[in-house]
Amino acid sequence: MVHHPHGQTGFPPPASAAQSPEGLFSAYRNGPFFCELTNSGAPPDPRIELILERLNALPLDDLRKRAAQAEQELYNLGITFTVYSERDAIDRILPFDLIPRILTQAEWQHVEAGVKQRVAALNMFLWDIYHDQKALKDGIIPRELVVGNSNFCEAMIGLDVPGGTYVHINGTDLVRDDTGRFLVLEDNGRTPSGVSYVIENRHTTLRVMPDVVAGIDLMPVDEYGMRLHDALAQVAPTGVDNPQVVLLSPGIYNSAYFEHVFLAREMGVPLVEGRDLVTENDRVYMRTTGGLRPVHSIYRRLNDDFLDPEAFDPSSMLGVPGLLRAYRKGNVTIANAIGTGVADDKAVYAYMPRLIRYYLSEEPILSNVETHICGEREGLAYTLNNLDKLVVKPVGESGGYGLIIGPHATREELADFRRKLEADPANYISQPVVQLSVSPTLCETGLESRHVDLRPFAVTGKSTWVLPGGLSRVALKRGSLVVNSSQGGGSKDTWVLAS
Amino acid sequence: MTITVDPIATLPPQPLLSRYAECATWLARYMERIENLARIIDITETFVRSGAADGWQAIIQINADEDRFFKAHAKATAERVIAFYVIDRENPTSIVSLAHAARENARSLRPIISVEMWAQLNVFTNFIRDLRAADIRPSEISTLCSRIKEACQTHTGITEGTLYRDQASVFYNIGRHIERADQITRLIDIKYHTLLPSDAGVGSEVDISQWSALLRSAAGYHAYRRVMAGDIRPSSIVGFLLQSAAFPRSLTTNLRLLHNCLTQLRRDYRLLPSSRILERVEHLCAVLENQTASQIILRGLHEFNDWMQYELQSVQREIGETFWPKEPLTSLFAPSDGTFPEGGMTQSQT
Repeated sequence: MVHHPHGQTGFPPPASAAQSPEGLFSAYRNGPFFCELTNSGAPPDPRIELILERLNALPLDDLRKRAAQAEQELYNLGITFTVYSERDAIDRILPFDLIPRILTQAEWQHVEAGVKQRVAALNMFLWDIYHDQKALKDGIIPRELVVGNSNFCEAMIGLDVPGGTYVHINGTDLVRDDTGRFLVLEDNGRTPSGVSYVIENRHTTLRVMPDVVAGIDLMPVDEYGMRLHDALAQVAPTGVDNPQVVLLSPGIYNSAYFEHVFLAREMGVPLVEGRDLVTENDRVYMRTTGGLRPVHSIYRRLNDDFLDPEAFDPSSMLGVPGLLRAYRKGNVTIANAIGTGVADDKAVYAYMPRLIRYYLSEEPILSNVETHICGEREGLAYTLNNLDKLVVKPVGESGGYGLIIGPHATREELADFRRKLEADPANYISQPVVQLSVSPTLCETGLESRHVDLRPFAVTGKSTWVLPGGLSRVALKRGSLVVNSSQGGGSKDTWVLAS
Repeated sequence: MTITVDPIATLPPQPLLSRYAECATWLARYMERIENLARIIDITETFVRSGAADGWQAIIQINADEDRFFKAHAKATAERVIAFYVIDRENPTSIVSLAHAARENARSLRPIISVEMWAQLNVFTNFIRDLRAADIRPSEISTLCSRIKEACQTHTGITEGTLYRDQASVFYNIGRHIERADQITRLIDIKYHTLLPSDAGVGSEVDISQWSALLRSAAGYHAYRRVMAGDIRPSSIVGFLLQSAAFPRSLTTNLRLLHNCLTQLRRDYRLLPSSRILERVEHLCAVLENQTASQIILRGLHEFNDWMQYELQSVQREIGETFWPKEPLTSLFAPSDGTFPEGGMTQSQT
């Protein structure tokens, strides 16, 4: 996910290296941006005031020592992602910033309600497009955008998934503008990652910042694994008493392997690779030392294409031959369902507010960032006329690749991009500048403001539960808007005040 | 009065993924192998200091690495052999390669091993990976070997203290005992190789000091002294290393414990095919028990060791074929550089 640009001018200068006698925050400036910590509303919440006071009293050296200790611990515990180079497998930690990002209970309830609403609409949309296609017939969303989408999966047509749930695990990327309003930037309904960091960040905070958090009642994050297991058991094929849930991972060479391990452990289920599973008579089994044992519910962290070499990419060595047949027979549940990618597509995103109104007869609780669809005539014209002011993203990419941030681009880059856009307009959307919120972050010179986003995680079996808080990602480079771990992003612990 | 039943006690044993069983076995084997290699390098250094001219050559011989070593090096000098066995990534029998393989197996097992086990392995294998030429100078080697040995023992201790005692731990112990059984025969072979040809005869001062060093390197010197007092005949020492039922690294101890593990699989986890393998191990025990060390030496100590190593490989192979049978297509996702042991999981010593 990538954030929108802001003008370079608004960004506050770095704080002076010397800490003034007033404390850690004395040189902190958040400029024109909404600050997640210091803009705590009026009258300020006394608990946030207290936390600020405690943080402010920490000597900078002390904070640095704690940060180094935290990072060493994350590295030693192997809370890492692995990057493969020519010769070596290098473990990297997701940089962790000790200054928490805090949400009040009221803010959280708003986010939680908005996320639940969005997940409900996503699931209803997916049921609809794989069944009656009413929204297409009613002209709510262009048919071509859906059935012509590369993530639309023919094999899902007419399949009744248990509970009508397609997106069992959803990550909604939220940002806040300069007024503090939450906006949805992106839905992640395929295999969203990052939830392990939410929980590990909390553990780290409690270990290295006990004096800051003391006496503050936070909503717990520990029950995620249990909730996830419950949800996966709820949507297991009917008639199974004690369903066997497994987590299907691409294996130890996948960069998110730590998270797969984490979730398998938290759920108390086997972490399997494709080679551990076989199908027989359209049922799925795992290979154990005592022979084959039935599997009923699969939380897969493998993309659709790799799931079943018989049905999709025949060269996939990671999948399970025959899995799709077992799935279509209703003998196994796959979470998330196959073919959900059509719903979190960046082009479909633009229609989400209309889809929420259509399926739920409700106004969206969380707004989209205003989005122009370059595949539509007006959208393309507007985008071409305002290229230097907009963020333009390809619809099929993730991880912040292939986009252009107009105000930051050179004239040549803009001209280049214009040609790409004109050649394939349907592949792009554009959005205006959002003055992204910031959070105080420990940097070279002291505390500085850095842009953050928020990814709450929603788990849906028969109903939806949202993990309190979510992953706060922070762009560690000064002025940068890109929070992705692959591009210099870090994370923060997200605190939701319990009352 | 009501009788409460512990719900844990009534749960059926959980199935274990075949891949986990395989990885647990190999994790234990690699960690034991690293420890033993450190012991062997350490003792060779002692031998060479005490006058065994071709001591470094012996390590290459007992690991059957002649072809691989002499393809890259003309002479078995201390520096070259140490580098070959500690930091050479091209050599699959080096400590750095073994540590990598142990790490990959442990990574696969992370869902079921304790956090403490992983954290220690993570720190240890990163330390090994970062070793450079300057860290293995002859003046440093003894200290380094101690450190490696201690890290392996820490691993063993953490495993003993934290690994949940289910099937996975049984397979882990199977690996440990097969490897210890194998390694004790290799350690004895070191003496066999350095002894030949020797100007100093059996029972000479050099001979005795070498046998003592061997006992020390297996952490058996003081126990031996306590039990055998002044008896320093080679046959007694060989007898101790092979047949002492109380010595934790002896062949007989490890065959017995291996037998226990296989029994446990059959009895506690109803893995009945384990019976076939039990019979094999019983045969090995019988061969070992039905002769004295003197008889073994008379018939050929080296030949006995070789035979035992071969038999242990067969046991390992049969365990694999029984509990993690392979399909024709199994080579998945090997690291692209290919310098580490292929497939990581199932590398055998020879």
